[in-house]
Amino acid sequence: MKPDRTPVLLAAILAAVVLGGLALPQWLLFILTIACAQGLVVLGLSLLIRAGLVSFGQALFYCIGAYAAGGLSRAFGVSDLFVQMAAGCASAAVAAFVLGFLLSRYRGIFFGLLSLALSMIFYGLIVKSETLGSTDGFNLAKATLFGVRPAEAWVRYSVLVAAACVTMGAAFLTHRFLKTPLGQLAPAIKDNEIRVEYMGASVRYAIHVNYVIAAALAGAGGALAATTVGHIDPEMAYWTTSGEFVFIAILSGTGSVVAPFLGALIFGAIRTVAFDLSPNTWQMSMGLVLLAAIVFLPDGLWSLFRRRKSA
Amino acid sequence: MPAILDAQGLNKSFGAVTAAQGVSAAIERDSVVGLIGTNGAGKTTFINMITGYLKPDSGRIKYDGRDITALPPRDIARLGICRSFQIPQLYSSLTVRENMMMALGVMLHAAGRGGFFSLGRPDVPGHDAPAEEVAERILARFGLAEHSDKNAQVLPGGMRKLLDIALTMAAKPRVLLLDEPTSGVSAEEKFGIMELIMQAVRAEGATVIFVEHDMEVVSRFAGRVLAFYDGRIIADAPPQAALADAEVRRYVVGTLNA
Repeated sequence: MKPDRTPVLLAAILAAVVLGGLALPQWLLFILTIACAQGLVVLGLSLLIRAGLVSFGQALFYCIGAYAAGGLSRAFGVSDLFVQMAAGCASAAVAAFVLGFLLSRYRGIFFGLLSLALSMIFYGLIVKSETLGSTDGFNLAKATLFGVRPAEAWVRYSVLVAAACVTMGAAFLTHRFLKTPLGQLAPAIKDNEIRVEYMGASVRYAIHVNYVIAAALAGAGGALAATTVGHIDPEMAYWTTSGEFVFIAILSGTGSVVAPFLGALIFGAIRTVAFDLSPNTWQMSMGLVLLAAIVFLPDGLWSLFRRRKSA
Repeated sequence: MPAILDAQGLNKSFGAVTAAQGVSAAIERDSVVGLIGTNGAGKTTFINMITGYLKPDSGRIKYDGRDITALPPRDIARLGICRSFQIPQLYSSLTVRENMMMALGVMLHAAGRGGFFSLGRPDVPGHDAPAEEVAERILARFGLAEHSDKNAQVLPGGMRKLLDIALTMAAKPRVLLLDEPTSGVSAEEKFGIMELIMQAVRAEGATVIFVEHDMEVVSRFAGRVLAFYDGRIIADAPPQAALADAEVRRYVVGTLNA
């Protein structure tokens, strides 16, 4: 058997972020932290894609995570990043546990559209809610870590390091999950659901578990994004946000738990550059990138590494 | 000797079509039973009712004394009743070995082994060895070892059939239902494939019920024949007697071999 190099790779990325972050400008630290947040969501989305399910509504859990963090900050003055991420993770997981009973019955386009509909319902609810700031949303206090508020110049760096620790930890746990018999059911479900049932496994149960894990990751990502940006609004649940996650998932591929973070980083970089070069047509540039990814890298960015290895 | 599988008075209709009417049969442990009949006679319906894919409108199915009529397919599979398919149900994007590993993985999952916190390679229930070893063993038994790294999609028809049945072996079935194991296989290959299947099954010790259209295959491998016609069992006897039955000759054999 091949040695499992993923844990080493994750540790190396973490070390690179911790050391490299010292030399990077503030704006790049911000992009890296957002890439961690989005990467978490896409990591979850890729679990579903492995089972042949594309959710167009992961923004639901991203937004639930963000509002859980925002709620803690506003109502109780809790600004600790770890507590916020844990709360975001837990509330999204609970929501997914309930919704999962419904969603795990559906496949294909029905799953996709139903997940989209649920996220839009949530969007509609927040927009109508005065206490949650309606369409304007509200601001969050600056993050603290273990009760300590980092000095102004170090906030971005400290948050990035904390985020990278949590994120790489989550990636490692997901990697472990994929090695379990339950985790390995996903491609079998995608390929031949009948066979899975006739071998004695419950497809619905497996999908439900994957769905809850995906939501938990998205919730943690949403909480991280909320604190990093310092502001939340209902747009976080809007379908275009879900679309971005699907975009990144396609760009990344499902080859490795590292791929979503690479994809999110490249997505952030392309968007920043595209916006800088032509502010009015940046969406078109993004579209062309997606088109190119689908045509030239149908298995996502990760296939670049695969191909090189086998060559 | 008590029957391992006991179907009593099974009825099933789809709208105006009656697929089973009063089907009763007790299957003895370790026997090999061949199901014959024209297309639409009710053979596959019978298999589908036993494996839980279809619920009979009325009637009872008992397995080892336990009523399994209302159970879903996965629970029935977990009890040890497994089936192969007329059209092989494989994981077509995976290799032969990966297909086998996937099937064994389902077994581990069903038994709650190899979970998130286990570090070693757990034994597959019933096989007393880790999945990799069991996969090699089963594939070798079905003559598929040398094709382990091929994609399931590119296998020739006969091997797809063999792999389909090999996958069911992952579950250590006590009752194995084979839906037309040799259909789509050339006439020369049929006996070889059946021989391989029966050897492998005997090694694992399972009761076999198979659907077959080739009467030579039936009379050579089955110890008992159930002949279906119009949703009923019109003959239940050892092969020679069943194939000599006037009704069977008229409705089943005649239409095929005339």
